[in-house]
Amino acid sequence: MDLRFTDEEVAFRQEVRDFIATNLPAETRERLQSGHHPTRDDIVNWQRILNEKGWAVPHWPEEWGGTGWGPVKQYIFREELQSAPAPEPLAFGVYMVGPVIAEYGSEEQKKRFLPRIANLDDWWCQGFSEPGAGSDLASVRTTAVRDGDHYIVNGQKTWTTLGQYADWIFCLVRTDKEAKKQSGISFLLIDMKSPGITLRPIVTIDGGREVNEVFFDDVRVPADQLVGEENRGWDYAKFLLSNERVGIARIGVSKERLRRIRELSASEHASDGTPLISDPRFAEKIAEVEIDLKALEITQMRVLAAERAEGKGKPNPLSSILKLKGSQIQQRTTELLMEIAGPYALAYEPEREEGSNEPPIGPEWAGLSASTYFNARKVSIYGGSNEIQRNIIAKAILGL
Amino acid sequence: MDFDLSEEQNLLRQSAERLLADQYDFEARKQHGQDEPGWSRAMWAKFAELGLLAIPFSEEDGGLGGGPVELMLVAEAMGAKLTLEPYLPTVILGGGILRRAPESLRQRWLEGVIAGTTLLSLAHAERQARFTLSDVATRVRLDGDHYVLDGDKSLVLAGDSADALVVTARLNGERRDEGGIVLLLVDAKAEGVTRNGYATQDGRRAAEIQFRNVRVSQDNLIAGPETGFALLQAVTDEAIAALCAEAVGAMSAISGLTVEYLKTRKQFGVPIGSFQALQHRASDMYVELEQARSMALFATMMAAEQDAAKRGRAISAAKVQIGRSARQIGQEAIQLHGGIGMTMEAAVGHYFKRLTMIELMFGDTDHHLRRVAETVGPL
Ligand SMILES: Cc1cc2nc3c(=O)[nH]c(=O)nc-3n(C[C@H](O)[C@H](O)[C@H](O)COP(=O)(O)OP(=O)(O)OC[C@H]3O[C@@H](n4cnc5c(N)ncnc54)[C@H](O)[C@@H]3O)c2cc1C
Repeated sequence: MDLRFTDEEVAFRQEVRDFIATNLPAETRERLQSGHHPTRDDIVNWQRILNEKGWAVPHWPEEWGGTGWGPVKQYIFREELQSAPAPEPLAFGVYMVGPVIAEYGSEEQKKRFLPRIANLDDWWCQGFSEPGAGSDLASVRTTAVRDGDHYIVNGQKTWTTLGQYADWIFCLVRTDKEAKKQSGISFLLIDMKSPGITLRPIVTIDGGREVNEVFFDDVRVPADQLVGEENRGWDYAKFLLSNERVGIARIGVSKERLRRIRELSASEHASDGTPLISDPRFAEKIAEVEIDLKALEITQMRVLAAERAEGKGKPNPLSSILKLKGSQIQQRTTELLMEIAGPYALAYEPEREEGSNEPPIGPEWAGLSASTYFNARKVSIYGGSNEIQRNIIAKAILGL
Repeated sequence: MDFDLSEEQNLLRQSAERLLADQYDFEARKQHGQDEPGWSRAMWAKFAELGLLAIPFSEEDGGLGGGPVELMLVAEAMGAKLTLEPYLPTVILGGGILRRAPESLRQRWLEGVIAGTTLLSLAHAERQARFTLSDVATRVRLDGDHYVLDGDKSLVLAGDSADALVVTARLNGERRDEGGIVLLLVDAKAEGVTRNGYATQDGRRAAEIQFRNVRVSQDNLIAGPETGFALLQAVTDEAIAALCAEAVGAMSAISGLTVEYLKTRKQFGVPIGSFQALQHRASDMYVELEQARSMALFATMMAAEQDAAKRGRAISAAKVQIGRSARQIGQEAIQLHGGIGMTMEAAVGHYFKRLTMIELMFGDTDHHLRRVAETVGPL
């Protein structure tokens, strides 16, 4: 038993770190460090830089650009991206639809889509949730009816993240209304430029514009854009959701934020003029999160070690902990950052995100801290809410 | 990075678990607790036979040369069965100090410890000290070729049955100074030693011990005033790591009992485990257990770290996690059992009590949280 990384893994981490240090555009790094979301261009440019290096899609089959790294290296890679901080790859292509196409798609689909996902030539979005189908995803009602060599799609998707940039959307659609819930669903790839698609923004509580409603009105979709077999979409969706495991705890993100919390709490002052960190109450709050994060990091290592031992694809019950605790820790770090900002968290200046020349009311990071906190409430809702994770633990692990 | 056990470690774990599975179910435990002196000497002999008492000692001292991982495995197995025998005071605390003692002392004492015929304890804590490790008021002075010891020690684990005591005492300096503390080996039956044994809440034993003009020959000095505190600190950290593993064993067992009860106890015509309110609480117990297990592994890895500051920070972090998890899991286990959880009859309450005592030993959660908060550096 040795919980330290091997020399080779340490060297690999350094290699990744060096690569990021020399290749990540400075303005992207600065934007992320100050608490902004990456822009569309930040994400696209960085993905292309990674693709050139051969690191765009490490976890894919090698034939399609995978690096053949084991779970530990994949984890190190993602942690380094998160803590740099660099933009994370656009999950919808790289982690979601890409692996599904690679596993279940036709040769034709693989050739057509995979290289363009790796290079982010196509921006993908995820069309799973609907107004009536959230946690109970299998109750999707958007329909796809076969008409010759096309499907005609009607219905509505919602919460579609960054759909405003999307070229493509992958959807769960109902192809058999008679069948039992899960068994009448298919997995369809749809061009966002198709006539009959309308997109409507939803503004989130932080004032952000990251999610959308997508309406489908008699949208004609070529039948060769069906993935795998008709009515087997639920299986592919399960595969997709179980794939999103490495990095789901977002330990790198929390580590980076904790670093900043420690730094800022030493430079920001409490009401009595002493640094915040010298207030024992505040120092203990930071310590509590540090301990939580360390425990989660080791839990993550245990998951990786088990994965390495058992081979890929076997969902590890511990991954529900990664989601549950990982989201709580992320949320807690955003709270602490906002508490450090104190009164400077009050000012709401969304126009500053577009690069205004006016000086900000307080330090830039402080002005963003409340928005970041509001926004982070999402992480315990999506990707299987924390209540759903508890259901999974109760059923799959405890057998209740 | 790997979590694999070596073949020997696996064997050790299996044999410890098998012995305890055979001889330490809840009913047997009640019997063991009624033996004199509050635990089973027969079991102790079996521990010796299996080599469990030899683990941390070097091969040249007749031991197995095991380290924190081996101790973790045994402590976890013992935690799962709530064993009452004085493994922590004899092997981990007393033994941990003795194995770093001068050769003459090792030769004199370790054979008996390993054979199971000699019991040790650490007489360190004092009433006024709470959790400050360097708070030692017991005085010692040199008188010719003897040390003379005076003071009162409190909560000496299994101190009433120990044959020899490792005693901390102050040779010089102020009451809370780290320098000036020496470690002496004292025969428990020496003249001037008075022991008052009593039961603890978790079904074990402890003693208040008075030392009055106790004369100890110079060759019983384990560590002098420059090195005493560092040694004490290192062994305390090892003990906390083992205690974390013991707690994980106990938390795992109590969680298992609770899940089993949720499946079998029926109310309103259905197993109570079908109620989602209870399912989610059981899931949270599981999360806390696994997070605690991760930190017990971390403590094990860091227990042998030479840099005391780094080690201390890690050990404290682990103790905080264990304390938080133990509190939540223990309380929830009682609650989810309903009335039966309140009785001495049911095992669950005994786990709860042991977990609570672990939380309060060697620094409680607040104490260790403060230690993490006041220090800097990555965990
Ligand atoms: C910012 C954001 C981005 C998103 N991006 C996307 C995207 O790109 N594509 C996409 O398809 N979806 C996306 N989602 C949707 C997300 O997956 C859903 O919000 C999620 O599945 C929860 O569904 P819901 O919002 O309908 O809540 P509901 O399912 O209605 O849940 C409401 C509450 O009830 C609880 N609950 C529900 N069922 C149970 C149960 N069985 N037991 C106990 N409690 C339960 C939930 O935990 C929650 O607390 C996004 C969501 C957000 C907030």
